[in-house]
Amino acid sequence: MKHLDEYRDATSVRRLVSAIQRLVTRPWTIMEICGGQTHAIVRFGIDQMLPAGITLIHGPGCPVCVTPVSMIDRAIALAGRPEVILCSYGDMLRVPGSQGDLFSAKARGGDVRMVYSPLDCLAIAKKHADRQVVFFAVGFETTAPVHALAVRRARDEGVENFSLLVSQVLVPPAIEALLSSPHSKVQGFLAAGHVCTVMGLSEYLPLARRFRVPMVVTGFEPVDLLRGLLACLQQLESGRAEVENAYERAVREDGNPSARQWMEKVFCVTDREWRGIGCIPASGYRLRDEFAAWDAERRFPSTARSETLTTECWSGRVLQGLCKPVECPAFATRCTPDHPLGATMVSAEGACAAYYRYRR
Amino acid sequence: MDADFASQCPAPWASSDTVTLAHGGGGSLGQRLLDRLFRPHFSNPVLATAHDASVLPNPAAAIAVSTDSFVVRPLEFPGGDIGHLAICGTVNDLLMAGARPRWLSAAFILEEGLPMTTLARVVASMARTARRAGVEIVTGDTKVVDRGHGDGIYINTTGIGVLTSQAPIAPSSVQPGDAILLSGDLGRHGVAILSVREGLKFESTIESDCDLLLEPVEALLRAGLDIHCLRDLTRGGLGAALHEIAATRQVSIDIDSEAVPVCEAVRGACEVLGLDPLHVANEGRFVLFLPATQAGEALRILRQFRAEASRIGSVRPLATVPVSLRNAYGTTRVLPYLSGEQLPRIC
Repeated sequence: MKHLDEYRDATSVRRLVSAIQRLVTRPWTIMEICGGQTHAIVRFGIDQMLPAGITLIHGPGCPVCVTPVSMIDRAIALAGRPEVILCSYGDMLRVPGSQGDLFSAKARGGDVRMVYSPLDCLAIAKKHADRQVVFFAVGFETTAPVHALAVRRARDEGVENFSLLVSQVLVPPAIEALLSSPHSKVQGFLAAGHVCTVMGLSEYLPLARRFRVPMVVTGFEPVDLLRGLLACLQQLESGRAEVENAYERAVREDGNPSARQWMEKVFCVTDREWRGIGCIPASGYRLRDEFAAWDAERRFPSTARSETLTTECWSGRVLQGLCKPVECPAFATRCTPDHPLGATMVSAEGACAAYYRYRR
Repeated sequence: MDADFASQCPAPWASSDTVTLAHGGGGSLGQRLLDRLFRPHFSNPVLATAHDASVLPNPAAAIAVSTDSFVVRPLEFPGGDIGHLAICGTVNDLLMAGARPRWLSAAFILEEGLPMTTLARVVASMARTARRAGVEIVTGDTKVVDRGHGDGIYINTTGIGVLTSQAPIAPSSVQPGDAILLSGDLGRHGVAILSVREGLKFESTIESDCDLLLEPVEALLRAGLDIHCLRDLTRGGLGAALHEIAATRQVSIDIDSEAVPVCEAVRGACEVLGLDPLHVANEGRFVLFLPATQAGEALRILRQFRAEASRIGSVRPLATVPVSLRNAYGTTRVLPYLSGEQLPRIC
């Protein structure tokens, strides 16, 4: 398959692995930001191919994992209202809130629907004019443009029974929070390729300078990941700390300005709570006041209860790269995909789920 | 034989005719449905006795029994329909025990308001597939539920087959050292259903693989191979089937991911949706366990029916990981036993 096979090619993979082996002279710790990268690394065994001293730790770039319990509770409460059709991406449905998950809300009679795009929700809203269609808008900078587009279209087409429950987060503030922690062990970053297709490289320049860490924009296939790792290790070995693009086939230096324009018209930056990490200032989006009519939080008074977190779950530490999933005492025993204690065990992109699926 | 079957249908239903609650009420309308639709299509001497129970001859060998319920939505999909599926599903299950399928029951739960023409097409499709499989539908039942309480048609079929081989073809016969063969490419049914259900458009229409496994299985049995186990791949795909067998027989299984055939269209759709083809549903594929020395001969037979048939792995004594997958880079990973259906990811 074009654009896929060449990036999974075994000869290219072996060539990159041996280049890394020749290059590395000492141990290094590198964090891949994105959950999609984590899954590819574990699924293809990329970490097993690297020299023993190279440690990969898994970052917080899994939108499902960092969505706070309070937000899931709010979605569940909305799903319980008879007039509401709650639409969500598939992998949000099994994430536990404090009172079960959206699947159980559906089982209790809530109208919960899995969609592939918020634009599908607009069609549902038009079809059910007597109902309120709420889309659970979760994600990083990658999903924000299409969420913005849906709201704009709802306004332009006068669709009033549609709203977004926004839980939108941003990558650079999370990196800054991680690097500011005294516990941080990260010496270099593989930046999330998909986020950079929208945002470009400029946001990472001040971070690389301030914290003296290389940041290499990296893709998601084995060849992409190894190219990113090689570039990051070359910087580390030669004492550089620059922003570099190793995912040129998808990422332009200035990203996608037209997508950003859409986002900026509809969203503004706000503080956001990150599950397992806490509140990070200016780390997410909310709808601008002129779009308040499409904001589910403003349309429906909150009935969700306050957050109760299980103390046994180490997902916060996992999300900050402070431990590997297998080090958690509940991993694969009291915490499994059938009975997840934390979101990192649920999402297709969560680090715990990746280890449970591919490494036991 | 198949092509002219539609012309035998005696009941040209008007497009406005629908199933009503009265069709399941035990009165004349129900009798009419039976006489005009089910009996003509499923016609055979046992059914013609029209008794409360059908009486079957006593077979010379042990029998196999299997039951399955079918709830697919939409009722008609690229490559098949619920009627075809309801025959293939149960017939294939009987074949997996090394049994020659002989008789089926068919029970229908119909939703009020179902167009009669849809029901007629599904019943005709069942009759066609049953004939191809050489099975008779010897008993049945119809119930009607209120509109909104069903998805048009639910079908349950129970099948009886007669065992043709002495040695048990079952997970318990699997041995360390066995070769594992796969009868064709993976994932077509699941992706076909998902794309119509969710209105996903791909460059080419992906058709379900839903089909009878009669011919390849009979060819394997005729060749006198020492078949240890057969398992058709349905919900949960190859992954679930291998896990079930590994757990039942207490062995470990190694799979070579490069040897597992998946067509371009299914691979593409799975990449887009974030699904693993190894866990996607099939309705016309099976895995075969037999001694490694006979793998070449078995593969030659399987390839007469599907060129993509492949030797995908082997069985070894029980280790910590039940099913592991080796990739082209020489690393291995666990093939997971999924807890439920795969969920499409966010990004």
